[in-house]
Amino acid sequence: MPEYQKFEHDVLVVGAGGAGLRAAIEASAGGVTVGLVCKSLLGKAHTVMAEGGIAAALGTVNSADNWKVHFADTMRGGQYVNNWRMAELHAKEAPTCVRELEAWGAVFDRTREGDILQRNFGGHRYPRLAHVGDRTGLEMIRTLQDHGIHQGIDVHMECTVLSLLKDGDRVVGAFGYDRQRGGFLLFEAKAIVLATGGVGRSYKITSNSWEYTGDGHALAYNAGADLMDMEFVQFHPTGMIWPPSVAGILVTEGVRGEGGVLRNSKSRRFMFDDIPEAYRHQTADNEEEGWRYCQGDKQARRPPELLTRDHVARCIVREIKEGRGSPHGGVFLDISWIKEKIPNAPEHIKKKLPSMYHQFKQLADVDITTTAMEVGPTMHYIMGGIRVHPETQMSTVTGLFAAGECGCGLHGANRLGGNSLSDLLVFGKRAGKFAAAFAKEHSAGTINTDQVDSIARSALEPFERGTRSTDAQGPYQIQHELQVKMQELVGIVRTEPEMLKALEEIGKFQKRMRSVAVQGNREYNSGWHTALDLPNLLTVSEAITRSALERRESRGGHFREDYPNKDKAFGEFNIIARRGPGGEMKVVRQNIPPLPAELKQIIEEQQK
Amino acid sequence: MTSATFSIWRGAAGEGKFFKYTTEISEGMVVLDAVHKIQAEQANDMAVRWNCKAGKCGSCSAEINGIPRLMCMTRLNQLPLERPVTIEPMRSFPSIRDLVTDVSWNFRVKKQIKKFKPRPPDVADGSWRMQQEDVDRVQEFRKCIECFLCQDVCHVLREHHKHEEFIGPRFFVYVAALEMHPLDTENRVEELAKAKGIGYCNITKCCTKVCPESITITDNAIIPLKERVVDEFYDPIKRLFRAIRGQ
Repeated sequence: MPEYQKFEHDVLVVGAGGAGLRAAIEASAGGVTVGLVCKSLLGKAHTVMAEGGIAAALGTVNSADNWKVHFADTMRGGQYVNNWRMAELHAKEAPTCVRELEAWGAVFDRTREGDILQRNFGGHRYPRLAHVGDRTGLEMIRTLQDHGIHQGIDVHMECTVLSLLKDGDRVVGAFGYDRQRGGFLLFEAKAIVLATGGVGRSYKITSNSWEYTGDGHALAYNAGADLMDMEFVQFHPTGMIWPPSVAGILVTEGVRGEGGVLRNSKSRRFMFDDIPEAYRHQTADNEEEGWRYCQGDKQARRPPELLTRDHVARCIVREIKEGRGSPHGGVFLDISWIKEKIPNAPEHIKKKLPSMYHQFKQLADVDITTTAMEVGPTMHYIMGGIRVHPETQMSTVTGLFAAGECGCGLHGANRLGGNSLSDLLVFGKRAGKFAAAFAKEHSAGTINTDQVDSIARSALEPFERGTRSTDAQGPYQIQHELQVKMQELVGIVRTEPEMLKALEEIGKFQKRMRSVAVQGNREYNSGWHTALDLPNLLTVSEAITRSALERRESRGGHFREDYPNKDKAFGEFNIIARRGPGGEMKVVRQNIPPLPAELKQIIEEQQK
Repeated sequence: MTSATFSIWRGAAGEGKFFKYTTEISEGMVVLDAVHKIQAEQANDMAVRWNCKAGKCGSCSAEINGIPRLMCMTRLNQLPLERPVTIEPMRSFPSIRDLVTDVSWNFRVKKQIKKFKPRPPDVADGSWRMQQEDVDRVQEFRKCIECFLCQDVCHVLREHHKHEEFIGPRFFVYVAALEMHPLDTENRVEELAKAKGIGYCNITKCCTKVCPESITITDNAIIPLKERVVDEFYDPIKRLFRAIRGQ
C-alpha cells in the first residue's frame, strides 16, 4: 500500500489565489483551524496576472455610482442568466471588501482628494475599477498573502489534490501529492473550499498558465457536484499574438480604458461599425466623444472599444476572417495615438500602463508609446463552474464549497472586466465564513482507506507503464493535441457538427490517456504532473462541449454560427453537467428562479 | 529553422552536472520556451518552476550564462548562440531537482517581520486619505514579484550563507514598503539593526542590477533604512539620552 502523510484541518482550502486566500483568512477568523493548499508557491497564482482593477461601486470618481448600477451592469453583461442573488450580493459587498484590502496594507492609486482612484472598464457605466497602475492583481494577492501569513493558516505549497474523499453524502477529506518530493498527502477536513481557478489549459491560445487544468471543476464533478454554465467561456479580445512564443499573453483592457483604439489593416476603427442595440444609447458614435469619455468627461458616452469582451472578441475575429487583419493575423491596438491629444504622452502611457510597456518592449521589441500593438482573442476565463448556493457558496455536495473562477453564477453568459477580482473577495470571504460555520457544527467524518489506496495506485500507474509499455503515450503530446482540437472545434465560433466531432476526439483522448506513460522518479517530475492533470482537462472539455451543444442559441461568451441569435426561451434556464449513475456525463436544464420585483425595477431603471 | 544548444544543470540535492540539449528555435523565443521544448521533446521529467510566462509571477528564476534572470523574460536573440547557453538553478538556495530550488527560507523570513499596523481610519466610514505623491515610493517597492533573484545575487547569502542573520534585499524592500507606508504605525528599526542584519549590506548594488522590476533596491530601500538605523541607534545625542535614561 502506498504511503502518505496525514494532516487534519477543520477547513481545507484548495487553491491560493485571491478567492482561496480570502476564504482561508475568513475561515481562520471564524475560529477554526485552516489548511491552504497551493499548486504553486504562495503568491504565484493567476490572480497575480490581473491587470485592470477591482470593480466596486465606491463612487470615488463619479458619485452617481452605487450598488444598483453595478448590479444592473453585471446582469446586462451576463445577459440575464446570472444568479441574480449573487450579482446583488457582489455589488453590495464589493466596496467593503476593497476597503478591507486597504486596511491590510494595499496601496491603490489615489484621487486628488486622496481617496481610492477608479478607472473606466468595458461594460461598467461609471469609472469603477480600483487599481494600481496595471498590476492590480499583484497588489491584491500580495496584500492577502502578507496578511494571511499572520493568521495561523497552515500553508501547503506546491501540492496538488487528486481526489475528494466522501463519507456518505458529505465531503470529509482530500487526497493529493506534493510536487517537490512526490509524496502522497491525506487531508482530513470537516469542510472543503475549492478555489482552484480556471480551465485555460484546455485551449491552445490562452492567457492561463500550466496550473489551470480545471482541477476544482473536475474534483467537484467527480464527487457528484453540479457544474453549471460551462458553455460560457470568455475569450479576452486582446492577447499578444506575436512572436509565437508569447501568443495568448494578456493585454489589459486598461489600454482601451486609457484611450487605446482598435484598428484594422485599413486603419479603420471597426468597433464603430457594429454596436449592439442594448448598448447603443450608452456608446459614443464618434471618435471625439469616445476620447472625452476616456478623459473623464461625465457627459460623454464610452467608446465602442469598451463594449463587452464577447462582442469585441467577435468583431476582431470578423475583421481577421474578412481579410482586414494585421500582418501576424490579429488587429491593431493603438495607444500611441494619444500623443495627438496630450503633452508628454509617452510618459503618461508608461505611468498608466507600466507592465504593458515592459511586456511589449521586452517580449516583442515593440515600443507601445510609438507603435501600435498587434492583438487577437485569447482564452481567458470560464464563467461556468461549480454550482453553489448564492449566499453560503456551498455546492450541491454537503460540506463542499467553491469560490472564485471555479465557482459559478455571478457572471452569467459573460463576465465584465474587473468583476473577477471583486468576485474573489466577496465570495471567497463568504465561502470561508460558511465553511468555518459548517466545520463548527460537524464532527470529522470517516476516511475510506480503500479509496485512498486505489487513488494512490492509479496515480502511480503512468510510471509502471513507462517502464514496460510499448504503445505508451507521452502526456505533453496528448495535452497539446487536446488544446488544438478544443481551439478548433469549441472555440469562439461554434457549430453542432464541429462540437460533435470534438466529443468524438475527447473520447479518443480518454482512451489514449489510459495508456499515458512517464519516465524518471517522483521528485518534481513535470511529465508525471502533466499526466495527472489530463483527466481533469478532459472532464472540463467534455462539460464545455456538451453544454455548448445543448444551448442552441448565441449568448455572451457562447456563439453558435448555426444559431446566431439570442433566443428568449434559452434565457429561462441554466445548463448543468453532472455525473450519471453509470459514470457518464449528463446534461440537464435548470430553471432560473424569477427575479424579485425590486431587482427587476433596478434593471429597468438602469436601462433608461 | 535554426537550432541552438543549451547546457542545463540536472541533478538533485546539489549533486548533478550539465547536460547538453540541442533544439530548434524560432523568432521571439525566450529561454523558458527552449526549456519547455526540451522538456516536451527530449526530457519529459526535467524539473522547472514557472507560471505566468510574462514576468509577473517571479517563478522561473535561474542563472543564465551565469547571470540571475527570469527565464521567461530572457530572449534568445539577446544571447550569444554560437556557444551553448548555460542554465542552472539559483545558488543561494538548496537545490531540489534540476532547475528548481527550495526557496522556503524566504517565506519563513517574511513571517518574522512585524506586520502592517495602520493608524485609525481618517474618515467615519473607516477609510483613509493618502496623496498619490505620498504613496509613489511605496508603490515602487510593492512592484516586487518575489522572484528572489536579488537574494540569489547577494554575496551575503550567496557566498557567506548568512541566512540566519541577514534577511536579504527582498526583505529590506518589504520592510521599507511597510516603514514608508503612510498609514503604518509599527516600528521595525530596532529589529532591522539587531535581527535582520542590515549592517552586512555594503551597498554594492548587485541586487538593483538584477531586479526584473527595476526597483532601485539599494538607493531607495536599503540606504534609507540604514539611515534610520543610524539615526535611531548611533546618533550621539540619542545615545547619550539613552545612557542617562538607562536604556
